[in-house]
Amino acid sequence: MTTLLNTIDHVFAKKVCSEHQNKPDELLEILHEIQVQEGFLSDRVLRTVSKSLNLSRAEVHGVVSFYHDFKKEKQAENVIKICRAEACQAVDVDKLIADVESYYDIKMDNGGGKVSLETIFCLGNCALGPAVLYKNDLYGRVTLKAVQKMIASTKGVKEQ
Amino acid sequence: MIVNVYVPCDAAALSVGADDVANAILKHSKGKVNIIRNGSRGMLWLEPLVEVETPKGRVAYGPVSVEDINSLFASNFLEGGDHPLLNGITEEIPYFANQERLTFARVGKIDPLDLNDYQANGGLLGLKNALSMQSDEIVDIIKSSGLRGRGGAGFPTGIKWETAGAQPKGQKYICANADEGDSGTFADRMLMEGDPFSLIEGMIIGARAIGADKGYIYVRSEYPHAISTLKSAIVIMEDAGWLGDNINDTETNFELSVRIGAGAYICGEESSMLESLEGKRGQVKVKPPIPAISGMFGKPTIVNNVLTLGSVPFILAHGANSYANFGEGRSKGTQPFQLAGDINRGGLVEKAFGVSMEDLINGFGGGTKSGRQIKAVQAGGPLGGYITPENFDVAMGYETLAEAKTMLGHGGLVVFNDTANMLNLARYAMEFCEIESCGKCTPCRIGSVRGKETLDKIASGENIEENIQILDDLCDLMEEASLCAMGGLTPMPVRTAMRLFPNEFNNPIVVS
Ligand SMILES: Cc1cc2nc3c(=O)[nH]c(=O)nc-3n(C[C@H](O)[C@H](O)[C@H](O)COP(=O)(O)O)c2cc1C
Ligand code: SF4
Ligand code: FES
Repeated sequence: MTTLLNTIDHVFAKKVCSEHQNKPDELLEILHEIQVQEGFLSDRVLRTVSKSLNLSRAEVHGVVSFYHDFKKEKQAENVIKICRAEACQAVDVDKLIADVESYYDIKMDNGGGKVSLETIFCLGNCALGPAVLYKNDLYGRVTLKAVQKMIASTKGVKEQ
Repeated sequence: MIVNVYVPCDAAALSVGADDVANAILKHSKGKVNIIRNGSRGMLWLEPLVEVETPKGRVAYGPVSVEDINSLFASNFLEGGDHPLLNGITEEIPYFANQERLTFARVGKIDPLDLNDYQANGGLLGLKNALSMQSDEIVDIIKSSGLRGRGGAGFPTGIKWETAGAQPKGQKYICANADEGDSGTFADRMLMEGDPFSLIEGMIIGARAIGADKGYIYVRSEYPHAISTLKSAIVIMEDAGWLGDNINDTETNFELSVRIGAGAYICGEESSMLESLEGKRGQVKVKPPIPAISGMFGKPTIVNNVLTLGSVPFILAHGANSYANFGEGRSKGTQPFQLAGDINRGGLVEKAFGVSMEDLINGFGGGTKSGRQIKAVQAGGPLGGYITPENFDVAMGYETLAEAKTMLGHGGLVVFNDTANMLNLARYAMEFCEIESCGKCTPCRIGSVRGKETLDKIASGENIEENIQILDDLCDLMEEASLCAMGGLTPMPVRTAMRLFPNEFNNPIVVS
């Protein structure tokens, strides 16, 4: 049963591939577009993409696993990407992370259902750290209070 | 009378509430203001920086929050009235007035997507000149301007262009490296968001110089605002006939697209970036061949940093000397320096090379924001070395910084106060290398893991002397045997931290 389901093309993935003329050099764009819509890249999606672009499954898997952005599992409803790079460390992002972890009872880079915390290395907001990217909105001088506020007022996922 | 009020749409300004401020002003003004969304002036500690156009010039208020709007109106700020947040005429604020803005001349001044505004402020002059020149004339001007790569390696731009131009006619590419992964840097982002046409103009000039008709801007996915501004800017340039076939009725054709990265620091390395642009894993490739000879899809390709390309229009507009007259020694022209971390006045300072680190950190930057002592500054991003205040007299330049055992990199300076734990920072350098290594060579892929483990042992007080020796040997190996600067330079922050703060390694504060 599962194998049968898996061999059926993923309609949206197929559409995105054909919009990119099934060009293998546009694989990253294709994966981004699908992930924005679907939230993650399922086996069925990857199977469809490799078939459409005429790439081996290993090639597609190799790309998906190389880049931190691509996710093979469903993500939390609210993913908070916190910058852990040097300039944010210099303004004690470690304390912010600890505060957020304990408030939501979660661990950095360890999934979560409603809220999850993800490491990101530099958001280009290094003069106004700690910096956070949340649903494609950038935040600066972030405190626990600011995180609570952003989650309370979720504006909905924006596309790039 | 309708008053022009500028509220930046730069991501850093948005990150501290610029959108809300713009909306609040609009709501309160009852049709009396015209809000223009500009780039940021780079005085990031004042963001959101609201500027009001007055007969005396643009008057700055900042940092403005929604709560200040009532009192600003009550203080008659639309006529430049006095208010606790008043900073005077923007261009007279010392931080701004003491800069030499060539590459960033328009950033913060204009509406980034207004092509008329761009042209009214010197935009397209360089391109128009270039379109009337032969390829080798353009290359000669870039060569004599002394422009060198701003992406980290500092390679002379003119020579790179000459090499690509000398390849047989046929498909060639030009790629802008907008992967800006170094912590403490944001100048590429600010230029792309604040003056995207200048990057595009620089790319068209480069394309004409080498005979390329296709280009890509590879932007990191962490920059959604820059991506959307660039995409809009490309459409505007296409509609105006500055991109596409027969640009300005010449034989120059150029097609430009934006490609988005996917969260990999190594994709800033040019061969990795080119692989990624082909839709592959961003694995580093052995050089030679260099991309200028065999790059994207095996074709001659020039890869240049955003700031390098963004400096080209000025040089073509005003001549090589007008650029080369700035700077010192083999570091010609200006560099947009970026002040970050625990810094009082963080932001972007474009200065001629030769300015001292002291002037940047304590002069422009005003020391730490926390008020604590500065312990160290990391220059040149995550692969750059630490430097302590005793050596702040170093002049900023490619060679001078290398002599001081650090590097210019992309021009970022990250300030740490006296609470910084250097052993933790050294460990982080190894951890970052472990996470971001492309995996091609062992010294980097495995060395970084061993380095992190060894630092953990030192931190827990285990055989300290022996482990410091092991770490030292490991750093030698990584430096000598890594294929690219990721593995090759990760020892730089580690070793400078150990050399400057030996006590923190020899007698670590053991946390049980
Ligand atoms: C690990 C690593 C990361 C790099 N990251 C960047 C980057 O984010 N942006 C950039 O322009 N150059 C980066 N570079 C340098 C590029 O390889 C290349 O030298 C540069 O893009 C060439 O352009 P330029 O001559 O204009 O500097 C990186 C190099 C290495 C080894
Ligand atoms: S040094 Fe590291 S990043 Fe560079 S090629 Fe080797 S493994 Fe890849
Ligand atoms: S280091 Fe955190 S935003 Fe750059």
